[in-house]
Amino acid sequence: MKLTGAEIVLECLLEQGVDTVFGYPGGTVLNIYDAMYKYDGKIKHILTSHEQGASHAADGYSRSTGKVGVCFATSGPGATNLTTGIATAYMDSSPVVFITCNVSENLIGKDSFQEVDIIGITMPITKCNYMVTKVDKLADTIRAAFAIAKSGRPGPVLIDIVKNVTAQKTEFTSIPKDQHYSEGTLGKIMKYASVDFSTPSPNVEDIDKLVDMIKASKKPLTICGGGVVRGRAQQEFTEFATKIDSPVAVTLMGAGGFKGRNPLTAGMIGMHGSQASNMACDGCDLLIAIGCRFSDRVALDTKSFARQAKIVHIDIDRSEINKNVKTDHHIVGDAKKVLAMLNERVTEQSHEEWKKYVFSFKTETEYDDIKDKLTPKQILNTIARIAPQDTIVSTDVGQHQMWAIQHFHFDYAGQLLTSGGFGTMGFGLGAAIGAKAGNPDKTVIHITGDGSFRMNCNELSTEQYYDIPVITFIFNNKTLGMVRQWQTLIYEKRYSETTLDRGPDFVALAEAYGLKGAHVTNVTELENAIKEALEWKHGYVIDCAINTDEMVRPMVNGGSPITDFVVR
Amino acid sequence: MSNIRKHTLAVLVDNEAGVLSQVSRLISRKGYNIESLTVGTADNPETSRMTIEILADDDQIRLLSNQLRKLICVHSVKLLVPEESISRELLMIKVKVPDGNKRNEIIQFANIFRATIIDVSISTVTLAILGDVSKNAGFEKVISEFEVIELVRTGVISLERGINTIYDKTKEKGEFDYGKNVL
Repeated sequence: MKLTGAEIVLECLLEQGVDTVFGYPGGTVLNIYDAMYKYDGKIKHILTSHEQGASHAADGYSRSTGKVGVCFATSGPGATNLTTGIATAYMDSSPVVFITCNVSENLIGKDSFQEVDIIGITMPITKCNYMVTKVDKLADTIRAAFAIAKSGRPGPVLIDIVKNVTAQKTEFTSIPKDQHYSEGTLGKIMKYASVDFSTPSPNVEDIDKLVDMIKASKKPLTICGGGVVRGRAQQEFTEFATKIDSPVAVTLMGAGGFKGRNPLTAGMIGMHGSQASNMACDGCDLLIAIGCRFSDRVALDTKSFARQAKIVHIDIDRSEINKNVKTDHHIVGDAKKVLAMLNERVTEQSHEEWKKYVFSFKTETEYDDIKDKLTPKQILNTIARIAPQDTIVSTDVGQHQMWAIQHFHFDYAGQLLTSGGFGTMGFGLGAAIGAKAGNPDKTVIHITGDGSFRMNCNELSTEQYYDIPVITFIFNNKTLGMVRQWQTLIYEKRYSETTLDRGPDFVALAEAYGLKGAHVTNVTELENAIKEALEWKHGYVIDCAINTDEMVRPMVNGGSPITDFVVR
Repeated sequence: MSNIRKHTLAVLVDNEAGVLSQVSRLISRKGYNIESLTVGTADNPETSRMTIEILADDDQIRLLSNQLRKLICVHSVKLLVPEESISRELLMIKVKVPDGNKRNEIIQFANIFRATIIDVSISTVTLAILGDVSKNAGFEKVISEFEVIELVRTGVISLERGINTIYDKTKEKGEFDYGKNVL
């Protein structure tokens, strides 16, 4: 069957089982948008207000469903607007395929209208990227892009198609997904790659060595990292931690990989980690980190990190081993596979005394309740009490993000959508829209701050138009809270350019977009607003007034030993 | 940090546009400086082979190798041990000669070092020398006594001695010294 390049793009998406794409049209990508008429009903396109919103939506869709997200944009500014979203996905290993179109081949390199070298720009923030200049290479490239985005350590892949290719016709035959690996680009990679495309198998001797180390350990600590979430290895991880009777410290990206209410949870670890997790890290004799890359927000001071412990690193990506923290032993492999093998081999352990020590410290920060006012804890506890237990939570970046992770008890992988590695303010609303599009039966809430929300609140119009009911909670402290907190503690209260004593009125803004909202200043008002939002079943914005000087506690300064709390 | 020395990596890559830039950008954004990089088509014309010299300590070079192995365009990376590999570099040097005596002197040195004279004009001699780094450095030192007006070098290319090649799929216990990292 002879098809145009544009039709081939859509056929290839169907081959991959894609039913939802996010994007924004423009001059060079027009042929693909035109072809979508024919595929109406098979592929749902969600038009966002801005390409950045589309990129975060595709990312949120991917994180919450475990499927590959897809995002379209045009050349030039369309493509560069994606870059923050691509980098966000890259830092958190989220599989998204970005498809941009560039100017026609005869205009390439001539500084043509809306021409940009997006391949060069996205090279350091994608797993790989492809420029397609021949229509007969198009299908093969798209198949490779999807496989690579999802395989091994997942991540974003960008395909840049020159406009004339989308109009040219060539023979196209649909190939079932499982046969993609035997030919073309993927077939070639399979030939020279010495590892399996999906998940490298761990070395048995490495596993046995860890089993012995576990037997010898009196004070083990397990870290649940983002790899447990991406690898959906929650069940195996829980079995492992329970069997070896080890407290579990959770990283920001690991939230949901281990149930927040499990008695072994010691809370988040790192800069804003719980006292229990950070003290356990300092006192343990064996640290088993699974799918975590010891970022500078976890291993703040690499020299003193887990100073009494033998450190064991389990990761799918060999280049993470010994990158940030020197380890004593490592296993390269997929978390699910490694944990399954470990579970077969480890014997039941008991560490009552050690657990007593670890859990003598707080696993959660205790904040004061203030009557007739709202504290972050009161807001989050109220949400948790009223919203369904399986609610998907997306966050932006800052104090509200840390509070949300400290106070919500996440139950499953993909329940929390947050920009951990890149720390992208403005991620949350797009991600929430993507998550709701992929999980229409679940309640999706968006926790944000007044600073973050202002960045990409234009996506309220997407929420309204497609009737994607997201409930946004703004932790409104009229300041860039996290930066202010640093200014208070480190910069002698010089609040340079962090005060946000300005508009808009967020409820009036929501109403302007055709949504509803409420200002709340105490728990009763908040309860009523949440109930109204849940009943109304459309987008809703709740503006929660909180104290300007509320801090995230505890806090350890960057580069300091993990138990040097500047505030507790 | 004190163990920083020059390491040689052999990198087999797709022979495609943009690959050189992917490899060199990865090295620079991870904070390393390339001492020398050569690239050319390998025995299979669909692939190119790079020889890259980098200053790093042993841990860093291992990390960097594993980073390189993550690039989809990279087929394999091999760390070449100096004692078990051979390397060559080609140097071309243009020297200004004021008179016949100087020219004769230069030709004598060239003969001793087995350099070849590849171009002569009334006022210049251009020499080419093929050798390992130390031999070339020796020649360069001698010839710098004359008036060198231009110098160009290819950068080092290296191969392992004996039967070992970059295509070997064998791996050491615990670490993989070649082959791909996770895809």
